[in-house]
Amino acid sequence: MRNKIPRVPVREQDPKIRVTNFSEVCYGYNQEEAMLEASRCLMCKKPACVTDCPVTIQIPQFISKIAEGDFMEAARILFADTSLPAVCGRVCPQESQCEGSCILGKKGEPVAIGKLERFIADWSRENGVVFLEKEPDNGKKVAIIGSGPAGLACATDLAKMGYNVTIFEALHEPGGVLQYGIPEFRLPKESVVRSEIENVFKLGVKIETNVVVGRTVTIDQLMNDEGFMAVFVGSGAGLPKFMGIPGENLNGVVSANEFLTRNNLMRAYDPDYETPIYVGKRVAVVGGGNVAMDAARSAKRLGADVTIIYRRTEKELPARVEEVHHAKEEMIDFKMLTNPVEIIGNESGWVKGIKCIKMELGEPDSSGRRSPIAIPDSHFDIETDVVIMSLGTSANPLIAETTPGLQINRWNCLIADDNGVTSKEGVFAGGDVVTGAATVILAMGAGRRAAKEIDLYLKNKKS
Amino acid sequence: MYKIIKRRELTPSIVLMDVYAPRMAKSAQPGQFLIVRVHDKGERIPLTICDYDREKGTITIVTQVVGASSRRICHMQEGDEFVDFAGPLGRASEFIFEDKEEVKGRRYLFIAGGLGTAPVYPQVKYLHDCGAKVDVIIGAKNKDMVILEREMSEVCDNLYICTDDGSYGKKGLVTDLLKELMDSGEVYDMAVAIGPMIMMKFVTLTLKPYNVPLIVSLNTLMVDGTGMCGACRVTVGNQTKFACVDGPEFDAYQVDFEEAMRRQGMYKNIEKEADHKCKIGLGN
Ligand SMILES: Cc1cc2nc3c(=O)[nH]c(=O)nc-3n(C[C@H](O)[C@H](O)[C@H](O)COP(=O)(O)OP(=O)(O)OC[C@H]3O[C@@H](n4cnc5c(N)ncnc54)[C@H](O)[C@@H]3O)c2cc1C
Ligand SMILES: Cc1cc2nc3c(=O)[nH]c(=O)nc-3n(C[C@H](O)[C@H](O)[C@H](O)COP(=O)(O)OP(=O)(O)OC[C@H]3O[C@@H](n4cnc5c(N)ncnc54)[C@H](O)[C@@H]3O)c2cc1C
Ligand code: SF4
Ligand code: SF4
Ligand code: FES
Repeated sequence: MRNKIPRVPVREQDPKIRVTNFSEVCYGYNQEEAMLEASRCLMCKKPACVTDCPVTIQIPQFISKIAEGDFMEAARILFADTSLPAVCGRVCPQESQCEGSCILGKKGEPVAIGKLERFIADWSRENGVVFLEKEPDNGKKVAIIGSGPAGLACATDLAKMGYNVTIFEALHEPGGVLQYGIPEFRLPKESVVRSEIENVFKLGVKIETNVVVGRTVTIDQLMNDEGFMAVFVGSGAGLPKFMGIPGENLNGVVSANEFLTRNNLMRAYDPDYETPIYVGKRVAVVGGGNVAMDAARSAKRLGADVTIIYRRTEKELPARVEEVHHAKEEMIDFKMLTNPVEIIGNESGWVKGIKCIKMELGEPDSSGRRSPIAIPDSHFDIETDVVIMSLGTSANPLIAETTPGLQINRWNCLIADDNGVTSKEGVFAGGDVVTGAATVILAMGAGRRAAKEIDLYLKNKKS
Repeated sequence: MYKIIKRRELTPSIVLMDVYAPRMAKSAQPGQFLIVRVHDKGERIPLTICDYDREKGTITIVTQVVGASSRRICHMQEGDEFVDFAGPLGRASEFIFEDKEEVKGRRYLFIAGGLGTAPVYPQVKYLHDCGAKVDVIIGAKNKDMVILEREMSEVCDNLYICTDDGSYGKKGLVTDLLKELMDSGEVYDMAVAIGPMIMMKFVTLTLKPYNVPLIVSLNTLMVDGTGMCGACRVTVGNQTKFACVDGPEFDAYQVDFEEAMRRQGMYKNIEKEADHKCKIGLGN
C-alpha cells in the first residue's frame, strides 16, 4: 500500500546555525525525495485537497506527474492555475487548506502538497521553464492597483486572455507583502519572489512603480483620461494597528510593518544597504500571528533575545503551526496569557520595559472562542529595549477616499462580492483590501475570479 | 528612472534640482512631499515638493546635506537619475481646498527656518497667485545660508530676513523678528512655520499669545510614506497621527514637539555608524 510510506521529511537548516543568517530555513525536496513523497498520493477520484485549495490547483494530476518523473508536465499543470507556486508552496497555510483535507491526513500524515508544489516551481525556475501561451492581443487596457498576490494573479490571467495590462505600485519593488513583509529566510526575495514576478512581466504585463493611486493619479483619471476600461484594486491591508496604551510612542516601539519593511524591502540586515534598523539586546513582540513570528525570528537573527507576548494560549495562536515550531526551535521565548498594559520608558524617552498583566481564558463566547480576561492585580514587568507591535492591519482608506462611488465597510475594507464586483462600474477589487488581512492564496484566488469577471464585463460592454 | 534636468547650488550645502517626473508634476500641490531613492541600495528619503511645472513635467526639490543620503543627493549632477521618485505624498495645504475668493481676502504670515524656505515658497506663490496678502520671515544661520531670497521677494508683499550672526538682515532668531512684528500691530489671519523642529516649537510658543492660527509641517522619520509603517507617528491633540498621510501639516498648537524631536533622533547613533559602513546586530 502506497500510504504505508511515511511522509518524507524535508531537510532544514540547523536552528543553531540559521539564527545567525537570513538564508532560507527549509531546503525543500530533491528529485528522489519529491518522487517518493509524490508516490504516497492516492490520486483520489474526488480529491478533497483540490476543493480546499483557493485556486483549485489540479493536485493529484501534478503530483502523479512528479511520481512518474515527468516534471515538465507537472509544471504545465501547476502553472495553469497559479503564477506564484514557488511562493505558495512556501507560505500557504497548507494544514488548514489542501493538506488539511487530504484523505491521508485522516489516519496519518497528509501528502506534503506544498513542498511538492515548491519542488516543481523551483525545478521550473532552475531549468528556465516558463509558460507564456496567451490569446492574441485584444487591445483593451486594464489597470491593476497594487502588485501583491491579488494584483499579480489578476494581471496574469488577464494578460493570458489577451488584455493589455498595467500594474500601478506605490512602492519601488513589486510583490506587496511578499516583498516587504515576509522575511528572506522564509521567502527568498531575489531567487524566488523576483523571478516568479518576472514571469508575470514576460507575459507582457507592464508595471509603473512609485505610483500611489489616489495621490499620483486617481482611478477616475486612469479610466477617463488614460483609456483603462476596467480597474482591479488589490491594494492590500497595510495599515498597522497599535494598542492605544501609554508609552506607545517611546523611542524603540515600532510596528511589525516598520520593522519588517526596514529589514525585507530595504534589506537593513545587509551591510551593503543604507537603511538603518534598531534591535537592541532584548526585543518583545506583541501578538501571535504569522507577522509576529516573522518579526520575532527576524529580530533573533539580528542578534536580540526575543520574547513573544500573547494574551491567549498556544492553542489559539493564529500563526501557522510550522512557523511556531520554527520559532521555538530558534529559542524564542513565548509568554502566553500575558497582555501589555503600558510601555515603560527611561529618562531619555527610550523603552526599558513593558508592564503586563496576566490573563486567563473565560467561557466560550458566541463564536466559540474563549476570550481572555485579565487577572486582577497580577501585573509584572518585562525588561526590553525594543517593542514590536504586531496586532494586525487594516486597509488604507486612500483609494476609497479619492474614488467617488467606491464604497467601504466600517473596517475601511472595500465592499466587493465574491467575483470582485464593487459599487462602482468598471472597478473590481479583491485580496486583503476586501477581506482584511488574510493569506497569499486567498488573495490570488480573489484576483483570478476578478479577472474572469472583468473579462465578462468587457466582453458584454458595448463600446 | 527620474532624470535631473537642472541643478543649482543655493549654498555649498544646499542644492536645488528640477527632476523629470511627469506623473507627479501633473498632480503635485503645495504642502506635499515625495520620497526618493538615489540608488538600488539606498534609503527612502522624504523631501518636500518645492515647485512643479505641469507643462515641462518637472518637480523641484531642494536638499540640504545632513547625513549620508542627503549628501549623495547633493552630489548628483544634471543628467544623473534617481532610481525612485514617488509621490506626491501627504495632504496638500488646507488653503488649496478653500474657496479662492475667501483665500484672497486673507493676510498670511510665513516663518521659514533655513532650508524651510524651500517648502514655504510654493505655498506663498500659490497664495500670491490667488491674490492673498503674504508676508514672509526667513531666518538662517548666516548670510550664505539664506536661500531663494529673490524668488520669494517676487511672490510676497513683505520679506523680512534675519540671521543668527547678523551677517545679513536683522541679527537674531526668527522668533525675535516674529515678536517684533506682532508687537508692532501687524494683524494676520493665518500663519505657517516650516523649518527645524526646534524652530517650529519656539515659533509656536511665541505666536500663541497673539491668537493667530498656526500650521507647521512636520519632518518626521519616514520609511514608506504611504501609511504602512507608522515610523512617522506624532501626537497631535493627544491622538497618534501618521505624518505621511494625516499630515505633514498640522495645527501647531496641538503638536507634541518634545515627542516629535525625540522620535526624530531614534536612529541618530546608528546612522553615524552607517556612515562608516558597520551595522548593528549581525556583527560579531
Ligand atoms: C509579515 C507577514 C507575514 C505573512 N505570512 C503569510 C504566510 O505565511 N502565508 C500566507 O498565506 N499569508 C501570509 N501573510 C498574509 C499575506 O501576505 C497577505 O494576505 C497577502 O499578501 C495579501 O495580498 P494582496 O495582494 O491583497 O495585498 P498586498 O500583498 O498587501 O499587496 C498590496 C500592494 O498594493 C500596494 N498599494 C497599496 N496602496 C496602493 C495605492 N494607493 N497605489 C498603488 N499601490 C498601492 C502596496 O504597496 C502593495 O504592494 C503574511 C502577511 C504579513 C504582513
Ligand atoms: C515630509 C518631509 C519633508 C522633508 N523635506 C525636506 C526637504 O525639502 N529638503 C531636505 O533637505 N530635507 C527634507 N526633509 C528631511 C530629509 O528627509 C532628511 O534630511 C533626510 O532623510 C536625512 O537623510 P540622511 O541620510 O542624509 O541623514 P541621516 O544620516 O539619516 O541623518 C542625519 C541627521 O539628520 C537627522 N534626521 C534624519 N531624518 C530627519 C528628518 N526627517 N528631519 C530632520 N532631521 C532628520 C538624523 O537624526 C541625524 O541626526 C524632509 C523630511 C520630511 C519627513
Ligand atoms: S496553492 Fe496553497 S492551498 Fe493550493 S495546493 Fe498549493 S499550497 Fe495548497
Ligand atoms: S486528497 Fe491527498 S491523497 Fe487524495 S489526491 Fe489529494 S493529495 Fe492525493
Ligand atoms: S512613513 Fe510609514 S506610515 Fe508614515
